Amino acid sequence: MARPRAADVLGRVTLVTGPEEFLAERTVRTVIDAVRTADAEADVTQVDGAELGSGAFSELTSPSLFSTSRVVVVRQVQDAPEEPVAGLLRYAESPDDDLALVVVHPGGQKGRGVVDKLRKIGVVEVKSETPKQYELPRFVTAEVQAEGGSIGEEAAAALVDAIGPDLRALSAAGGQLTHDSGGEPITVDVVRRYFGGRAEVKSFAVADAAIGGDPARSLEQLRWAMGNGVAPVLMTSAFASGLRALARYVSAPRGLKDNDLAREVGVPPWKLRTLRTQARGWSQTGLAAAIKAVARADAEVKGAADDADHALERMVLAVTGARTTR
Amino acid sequence: MTVENPPVGRQGVWADLVGQEPIVAVLSMAVDTASAALAGDPSVTGMSHAWLFTGPPGSGRSNAARAYAAALECERGGCGECSECRTTLAGSHPDVTLVRTEQLSIKVDEVRELVRKAAMSPTGRRWQVLVVEDADRLTEQAADALLKSVEEPAARTIWLLCAPTIEDVVPTIRSRCRMLSLRTPPPGAVAAVLTERDGVPEDVATFAARASQGHIGRARALAADEATRSRRRDVLALPSRLHDIGACVMAAAQLIEAADEEAAAIADRLDPAERAGLEQALGVGTRGVRVRGAAASLKELADQHKTRRKRFQRDALDRSLTDLMSFYRDVLMLQTGSGVVLVNEEVRRDVEAMAHRESAENTLRRIEAILECREALEGNVAPLLAVESLMLDLARPE
Ligand SMILES: [Zn+2]
Repeated sequence: MARPRAADVLGRVTLVTGPEEFLAERTVRTVIDAVRTADAEADVTQVDGAELGSGAFSELTSPSLFSTSRVVVVRQVQDAPEEPVAGLLRYAESPDDDLALVVVHPGGQKGRGVVDKLRKIGVVEVKSETPKQYELPRFVTAEVQAEGGSIGEEAAAALVDAIGPDLRALSAAGGQLTHDSGGEPITVDVVRRYFGGRAEVKSFAVADAAIGGDPARSLEQLRWAMGNGVAPVLMTSAFASGLRALARYVSAPRGLKDNDLAREVGVPPWKLRTLRTQARGWSQTGLAAAIKAVARADAEVKGAADDADHALERMVLAVTGARTTR
Repeated sequence: MTVENPPVGRQGVWADLVGQEPIVAVLSMAVDTASAALAGDPSVTGMSHAWLFTGPPGSGRSNAARAYAAALECERGGCGECSECRTTLAGSHPDVTLVRTEQLSIKVDEVRELVRKAAMSPTGRRWQVLVVEDADRLTEQAADALLKSVEEPAARTIWLLCAPTIEDVVPTIRSRCRMLSLRTPPPGAVAAVLTERDGVPEDVATFAARASQGHIGRARALAADEATRSRRRDVLALPSRLHDIGACVMAAAQLIEAADEEAAAIADRLDPAERAGLEQALGVGTRGVRVRGAAASLKELADQHKTRRKRFQRDALDRSLTDLMSFYRDVLMLQTGSGVVLVNEEVRRDVEAMAHRESAENTLRRIEAILECREALEGNVAPLLAVESLMLDLARPE
């Protein structure tokens, strides 16, 4: 969906489908931003399907006393019980003019029925498909342009080559390069200068995948990195810095402007986007467990080097396992 | 030659050994024996040529070894005033070699050099003394190289080794040494030294002695320096601040930053002077002089400084952990009903609050977590990460 305006989403149901969480989150964001741009006081409510109890849906969509425009986001709709799902479908038949409803479904069989019924009603669907390898440079180009920069085809390919297929990492890298190049076009040389240290970039991609809750991808990238001689301590240090930023992010005071928030958290502003997405699915308890697991792994890789690969795999599993700990 | 016999531990080279009267008595006797041996007294047998000084940090084990070295070289048994005494204590006596390392280990090459020196006769009329201040940092190879010389020392050679505990020294070495273990000096003795010798007001001295838990160097720093006191206050405020995960990682960052600052303050004082000294020795900047290898020597010094700075950081962090530990010990004292005077009287209210709120079991777990963090740091775990993990354990012990 190109940048929608408030009129494009209010009075409608936007159905976000597909496995690429990074893109799905971005779609949700554009809907919220569109409404907020038109009405800064707009009320935004975000829930997971599992949190919806009986009658919860009609309560969510009933008019508010305090604001006219509203956004309601229902994530993981496949986890919602029958009663609220029925309410949702009823609502979709005749949506409220002042409300933008976003329903997110991550793909897969579960909850397929709701998706099909919504499609039948004729809601706006935005698919978040994982891009094919050859589509990735185009993704990078779009990311950089959205940030107000420019990048050539060759440089975009070089960036994909250096960073791998992780969209979040690619987007973050594109953002960083745009930010640091100050309006100059991003060249292959610039990419090499920044991301020539492929080892380090790889370790961040492994950490990002694990923290983002994708153990399979994280393990796959971990094995690739280990096979290519990346030092185990780079892995533990990438995990530590990712979790550290997240820990600061989740306990930062609410309502800060992006620049202040970035300073509070200790990351460059472009990194906030990544953190915002990652923060979903993490509790304080889970984060604490994850940080301790990384500290243990760091001790292990520095002690018994033979066992480093296993120690790192255990770490990835411990971190992804801690993600759902409430 | 006879000297008057004022009370031991209060005079000459022994004056700095606070609260170590039993050790001073043993060493004074050993000095007499050594003098008799030099004089050719045939009744002297079984003189010890290798000593191992052990004691907790701050008890002054290397000071004790130096004082003994000075007393051995001194014609008057350690007067503290003659040039033998003064040069020994300052580390410039030709027959006294002081080995201390800022590195994490003492390598075999350094030890071979020492062993060569140990085989030589002293340039003066008395003893060739070799003081290894960090015998716990000898690598296994280095210890092997040392063994023979310690086992069968030259007639006029004396080895003085220092380490925190006897377990820190390889068994083959320690079994050849005469052991001396220093105790943690009682707070009263430390406070007395601060008031009498350093002129510190009594209340400050009492505070510093209590807060340093018998570590005399630490007590001096606490008494003399507001920045040191303020860093300590910050550390003691941490346990009551760990209310969420963000606070935990911030607290860890703060501890590491403070350690870095403290280390920088020390290193910035030492490094430039040493560099200037080396440059002068090499003739750097002298017109028309180009010293071969000057650049390499300067680079080597720069590397040493870097390593030393790292060790200073570790030491500073370790002191913070000691302070934290004392906080939870105080909590435990109250919980088990054995607390009369706390180490941290000045934060008694925080200590009491935690003692009421928490179980003694949790306090023990927290103390355990601090010990584990120490171990992790020794195992080279990234300091910030190790301390973050600790803060999380302190916030919520499992
Ligand atoms: Zn003297």
